[in-house]
Amino acid sequence: MDQQEALLHEQKNRPKLLLGFWLYLMTDCLLFATLFAAYAVLQIGTANGPAAKDIFDPWFVLGETLVLLVSSFTCGLALLAMQARQKQQVMLWLGATVVLGLAFLGMELFEFISLAQEGHGWERSGFLSAFFTLVGTHGLHITVGILWAIVMILRVNKYGLTPPTTRKVTMFGMFWHFLDVIWIFIFTIVYMLGVL
Amino acid sequence: MQAATEKEISYKGYVTGFVSSLFLTLFAFWLVNDYTGASMPWLSKQTLTLLLAALALLQFGVQMVFFLHLGASGKPRWKLLVFWFMILTVFILVGGSIWIMDNLNYNMGMTPQETKVYMGEHEGF
Repeated sequence: MDQQEALLHEQKNRPKLLLGFWLYLMTDCLLFATLFAAYAVLQIGTANGPAAKDIFDPWFVLGETLVLLVSSFTCGLALLAMQARQKQQVMLWLGATVVLGLAFLGMELFEFISLAQEGHGWERSGFLSAFFTLVGTHGLHITVGILWAIVMILRVNKYGLTPPTTRKVTMFGMFWHFLDVIWIFIFTIVYMLGVL
Repeated sequence: MQAATEKEISYKGYVTGFVSSLFLTLFAFWLVNDYTGASMPWLSKQTLTLLLAALALLQFGVQMVFFLHLGASGKPRWKLLVFWFMILTVFILVGGSIWIMDNLNYNMGMTPQETKVYMGEHEGF
């Protein structure tokens, strides 16, 4: 397949590939739905250990939430720069997304480690098992997203804004926005309703 | 270069989505923070729970439309169709789980809290 043909192939299949990625995101929503259901059911199972309001600091969580929200916005700015075909700007905003993503991940790990050190690890109660599984799964997605963004920066730098690269960056953008959408529910259900 | 099913994304849309998400998050946080500080005796816990759920759903809608461009794809609307199927499945999954577990507690003749105490006292959990 010569280059021209590959390009045509890419353009013809682009809508299908993006729809395919959307299908993946929707099934990932179902994965999170099962974890939310488990959390809702196990929430009261504290086994005489701490409940949500004893261990969560709403101000710290607000900080995490704002960092993630801003990272979702910088990711959007990268997509806008890509539409305007400004290569340097795409790399800059993707870089900002990586930095904010790392900050979020650091905060989450700090929270997990602090809880474990206080003896409130996942083995303590059903509630804490469900909490670590739900929030940890989100954190795992964030980790993958950060790695993906780094690969995208390197790719844009090496190949420029070619059709396959713009499609991949678009997919990363969908993934990252999706993670912020999941966080809305973690923020509300786990933390805000938890400390109430 | 733009594929047929993708529309132009706008700076305005992203700013709208970002600012409203920011507002909805801060509003929810302010409500909870003030409530736990006991400065809102006029608001019952149930009303506040419903209000927080409404704020979360609103922000969900905002981010779906402005960040994930739901409904912006061309016809046939596969993206939207799959989305609503996902919502239906989530509803059955989460709603069903809570319903079943509530029923279980009801059949035990106890509230979840009483079940917890009972399990602690009699079963050593």
